Amino acid sequence: MRPALARWLLPAMVFGLLLGAWSLVPGGSGVTDLPSPARVLRAFVDLLEVPPGERVPRLLAYAIASVFRVTWGFVLAATLAIPLGLLMGWYQRVFWALNPLVQILRPISPIAWIPVAILLVRNDDPRSILLIFVSTFFPIVVTTAAAVRAIPPVYVRAAANFGCRGSLLFRKVILPATLPQILTGLRIAAGVAWLVVVAAEMIAIDSGLGYLIIDARNAGGRYDRIVAAMLTIGAIGLALDTVLRRLERGDRVKWGQARG
Amino acid sequence: MAEARIKVSLRGVAKSFAERGKPKVDVLHAFDLDVLEGEIVCLLGPSGCGKTTLLDLCAGFERPDAGRITVDGQPVTGPDPRRVFVFQERGIFPWMTASENIAFGLRGKRRKRVEEVVERYIALMGLDGFGDAYPHELSGGMKQRVEVARALAVDPDILFMDEPFGSLDSLTRLKMRSELIRIWQAETRTILFVTHDVDESVQIGQRVVVMSERPARIRKIVDLSGLPHPRDLDSREYLAVRDELFAAVGVPTRI
Repeated sequence: MRPALARWLLPAMVFGLLLGAWSLVPGGSGVTDLPSPARVLRAFVDLLEVPPGERVPRLLAYAIASVFRVTWGFVLAATLAIPLGLLMGWYQRVFWALNPLVQILRPISPIAWIPVAILLVRNDDPRSILLIFVSTFFPIVVTTAAAVRAIPPVYVRAAANFGCRGSLLFRKVILPATLPQILTGLRIAAGVAWLVVVAAEMIAIDSGLGYLIIDARNAGGRYDRIVAAMLTIGAIGLALDTVLRRLERGDRVKWGQARG
Repeated sequence: MAEARIKVSLRGVAKSFAERGKPKVDVLHAFDLDVLEGEIVCLLGPSGCGKTTLLDLCAGFERPDAGRITVDGQPVTGPDPRRVFVFQERGIFPWMTASENIAFGLRGKRRKRVEEVVERYIALMGLDGFGDAYPHELSGGMKQRVEVARALAVDPDILFMDEPFGSLDSLTRLKMRSELIRIWQAETRTILFVTHDVDESVQIGQRVVVMSERPARIRKIVDLSGLPHPRDLDSREYLAVRDELFAAVGVPTRI
């Protein structure tokens, strides 16, 4: 088989086999049984119908809610974490002051923050945004600071030699020198954010794709809807990752990839 | 020609490095050297003998533990765009195009002027058509040319060159040396050139300072001002100096 063909045909075959095996699983009629592919497809169609009195289909509304939360939490975290990471990486004293705090907060599972978020914030959206924020802020700070500390000294010396200092040094040398690693860190953080938003919505929030799963389970175990929600989560996660991966291939950051 | 002025002066310069848990390493010990204005001085010595440290000190990246380093009679207190370092490893910024790298030291100049300077050095270094290329798209020799161009673009008095052609293949290296001499003849600058390659030092140096193992002392200074450029690499005079240097470094001239 030619590689160009195999590249597409092989994964298609894997999907086909999986789907075939799935449709052979017995007992697809009861509500709480493992649903057949056909029933999941019907659940999709159901969820894409506009409910009476509403303007958008439920699946779309929930997907938008989840993506909205992840976007805000992630953008806020990145906006604060990148500058903080740059300062921590560059100024030894800032690093000494803040690194222990960051290191102790970082290993705490974002799920463990859910009770705190419930206590601190009343509304759904800010509550989940806070959870996304804490789950992405620390990894981005740590990646950025580590990237700054790993800048080859030759770049810093060259900059100093040409009289580049202060904020100019950050804009012209430190940020671009670390951008490839920062973008990789952002992509990983976005993946975490997408995992966390589903968990948060299952436990602490009354809308979104995570809520759709827990709601379907509580509504008499509608596993067809649960699987439909899971597939939607997978597809959106893949789309987020693809967009961020594309950023890593930009002209000004590609060099970071070439070196591995 | 008028009596040449002393451009860089080192007096009793000492430097040692101490890493935790390791014995202190004396790199330089009471080192004296004068470099004249417009001169190319090669520092020749074995790897790890302290040549690079010497250059770092002259450029102001490091401070001597003892002694005095002056440029134009002023003590060196830090790096300065009037004296530019050309690095051993690739010092050009991989996130900037060749043109942006060359223009790096020209901040605050009028855009028109920056464009002129960049254009001039792109042409001078034979980089035509590669101004918008990123370093990872350039060959090793081209990257090194961009680095030299970036240094020359700020019109420095002094170039500190740390084995700048060390990682290039031998043909490119030979070509880069003759280009360096061509540029030096066109716009005279003081050049302090570190190398461990005897041939390189004889080809470009006006004086070659042969250094000992650590702590580096001057073993011998060979004056090549009697061999004007372009140098004939087959001439008797050239070969005599080359043999003298090989003997000073302690390498056999026959295998």
